[in-house]
Amino acid sequence: MIRLFANANYDFIKWRRWAYGLTAAIIIPGFALFLVRGLNYSIEFTGGTLIQVQTPQPVGTERLRGALDAAGIRDAEIQQFGAPNEYVIRARLGRANEAVSGSTETTAAAVDSALARALGPAPAYKILRTEAVGPKVGKELQGKAFLAILFSFVVTLVYLAVRFEWRFGLAAVLATVHDILTTIAFIRYLDLEVSLVVVGAVLTMVGYSLNDTIIIFDRVRENLRKFRRQNLYEILNLSINETLPRSVLTHGTTMATTIALVLLAGEVLRPFALVMTFAIFTGTFSSIYIAAPLLMWIEKRWPGEDARGARALRPTGTVPLNPPPSPSPGGGSEVRSKAAV
Amino acid sequence: MLVLAVWQLIPTNVTQRVRDAATGRMKDTTIRRVPINLGLDLQGGIHLALEVDPSKGPVPDCADAIQRAEKVVRTRIDEFGTSEPVVQIQGRCRLIVELAGEKDPARAKSIIQRTAFLEFRITDMKNLFRDALPAIDKALQRAGVQASGQGAPAASVTQLFGTDTGKVKASKKPKGKAAAKDTTDLNAPGPLSSLLFQGQVPGEYLVPEEQVPVAESLLARPDVQRLIPRGIELKWGTEVLSRAGRSYRTLYAVEDRPIITGEYLQDAKATREPLTNQSVVNFVLSRRGGRVFERETGRHVNDYMAIILDGRVQGQPPIIKSQIGQRGQIELGAKPLQDAQDLALVLKAGALPAPLTIIEERSIGPSLGQDSIKDGITAGIVGVALVVLIMVTYYRWSGVLAVAALALYVVFTLAGLAGFGFTLTLPGLAGLALSVGIAVDANVLIFERIREELQHGKLVRTAVDEGFKHAMSAIIDSNVSTALTAFILYLVGTGPVQGFAITLIIGIAASMITAIFVVRTFYMIWLDRRPDMATLSV
Repeated sequence: MIRLFANANYDFIKWRRWAYGLTAAIIIPGFALFLVRGLNYSIEFTGGTLIQVQTPQPVGTERLRGALDAAGIRDAEIQQFGAPNEYVIRARLGRANEAVSGSTETTAAAVDSALARALGPAPAYKILRTEAVGPKVGKELQGKAFLAILFSFVVTLVYLAVRFEWRFGLAAVLATVHDILTTIAFIRYLDLEVSLVVVGAVLTMVGYSLNDTIIIFDRVRENLRKFRRQNLYEILNLSINETLPRSVLTHGTTMATTIALVLLAGEVLRPFALVMTFAIFTGTFSSIYIAAPLLMWIEKRWPGEDARGARALRPTGTVPLNPPPSPSPGGGSEVRSKAAV
Repeated sequence: MLVLAVWQLIPTNVTQRVRDAATGRMKDTTIRRVPINLGLDLQGGIHLALEVDPSKGPVPDCADAIQRAEKVVRTRIDEFGTSEPVVQIQGRCRLIVELAGEKDPARAKSIIQRTAFLEFRITDMKNLFRDALPAIDKALQRAGVQASGQGAPAASVTQLFGTDTGKVKASKKPKGKAAAKDTTDLNAPGPLSSLLFQGQVPGEYLVPEEQVPVAESLLARPDVQRLIPRGIELKWGTEVLSRAGRSYRTLYAVEDRPIITGEYLQDAKATREPLTNQSVVNFVLSRRGGRVFERETGRHVNDYMAIILDGRVQGQPPIIKSQIGQRGQIELGAKPLQDAQDLALVLKAGALPAPLTIIEERSIGPSLGQDSIKDGITAGIVGVALVVLIMVTYYRWSGVLAVAALALYVVFTLAGLAGFGFTLTLPGLAGLALSVGIAVDANVLIFERIREELQHGKLVRTAVDEGFKHAMSAIIDSNVSTALTAFILYLVGTGPVQGFAITLIIGIAASMITAIFVVRTFYMIWLDRRPDMATLSV
């Protein structure tokens, strides 16, 4: 029988200051970059035209650029996309661009004719995908994405308020805010294109990370009832350790699927899959290192009815709380891996 | 439940309209396929969002204009080369057109944006077309075309339309009773005439729905075209009538010269006459149009006037009762007000064309869609295989139970998609793969709990029961929070993202059902067989 982290007894909470430092090191530069340069929004949000072309042989972005320049379409981004003979041409609205600002629809036609002139008629290139989004639709989608994020916050807050007392809810929400910030920093670092699907990934991440926090808090709630004498510090550590095998396994399986998506699902889904992969990582991290210590801090500021939080910051080392391990029931090999996962 | 799920996924006969390679026309065909709708991003196609173009004149009421535009695009629906075009109004003022499998965006756009053309034409009052039918039949027989023999026997025709009352031309009856019938020798077994049944109005013919493609291809032949009398054109109607359990499409022989066109029309309104309780459409012509119409209608009193929008006869042609000037009224008798509103919309669509501008366009080539399906499925299979591997090595026999439940879970999710008629998109495929990873979470929670209980020295049976009991609150809490965010995503998202949200929601529901009920049942069966089991492979 393989058992990871059975009867683990790590003092997670002790490392909380290091954890704060680490996330700050990720968030602050990423966020500064975000404020300065913004994000690489997809044309869904900015409005504009996207054309994906396939050529029989790789022609190189320079040749395409030349073709577009000759037709007076400047400022379009040209990018190799997935296969070496596939390219994506993006012309965003709102830049000083005569050809584009007219109409998104005519741009697509202009690009098509420019390519036909430079590369020869139809079999020399094939348009695989065209997206043309007018400025109005772009604005609407921006609003919708914003609303989606706002709503999901409100709804999860209400849900947490119903299911847990407010101290737990506040800690969980703050951990989620942390996740969103790190994910934005992550998107900024990799310069991923933010499309509606990526916003979808961020929202899914909100649900998923909350899920993780909830499972730990659920255990905390149970242990608070069970062990009357321990202080909150110990109970948090105990709960995290008890749920550790579950965390490792669930994140392992989910991560396996998202990594498969990153590697195999093609170029269109890659930003989504990358964000999901990172989100699982940061969600796990935040439920252990952000949500739990925050709960302790909140308990200390505003003590709950059994006021154990007041003693929380008097670390007494960890007390082994589990009963001594019974002889392994399956009789199989018992592996205690201490390797961090 | 499993039976239900599997039943949903059995390939079923789906009727689709497919462009017939031989004639270039649309026809209904039935194919077998798994009834899951694929999104445009997977099967390729065009998605267009259109609004009324404000640059071509002010738009006082965009909701009204977009309804007219929808009507127009719908009448052209057969011109698209796709199986199931979607034409719908989104919100108030936006028209969405989705053409799955359409390969030529430029053509599709030109069909949609073409200005609507409305005309009134007098029907074939002298039955010139009917008189030419024997000659056409003979020509077809000479060319080797056999009568398709499926035409209903003459007896049933008389049943359909009552007895022969002779020529319609002399009819001075009010329109409502104008159901003068004429079934003369139409049912002679000629190749074309065997397909046509005389309708209630002169120049109106009915073609059995399943014979429409045959009739279309016959009529398109040049030798038939040549024999159609001069001054007469054939136009298909939009209405499908059902008589005696069969459905018929209308075909009209009309004069080739319109008596008036949509440009003279100013307004049309549907109302219900309070006195007679009849649905009517009142229309107003321009001053010039009124003069033209007065002259024309004066010549055609008691003739029938077909209302033709973009080459399609709309509804049944009304009779002209008297000379009409600038203001006219079309009585629809006891028909519901909805029909009158439809007709008014047709008139207005021709009168006030709503120029559409494309505000969003997405077109995906079919090859890209196929690549996406292939990549998505590969990634999904690899991801699921990894999950299976992890679960089985870690939890051994219990892991196998979880994997078996996972197989059920995938079946449930796909059945949920098929059963509720949701669309599977590319992000939806990702959502499916992702939810498989999340789906095992419930199992992991339960198994870990069982392990803990076993560790506390509990008996196998108790440990399993306790494990399920304690894991429950965590499972429900965590799944509800994920489902809530997915639901919000569904509400605000567009097509592909909604597909993702839907698979995620269905996936979460299916995972809870399988993890809680199915795995538990497996355990119970397992434990009942081995009541003496002291250790559990978990």
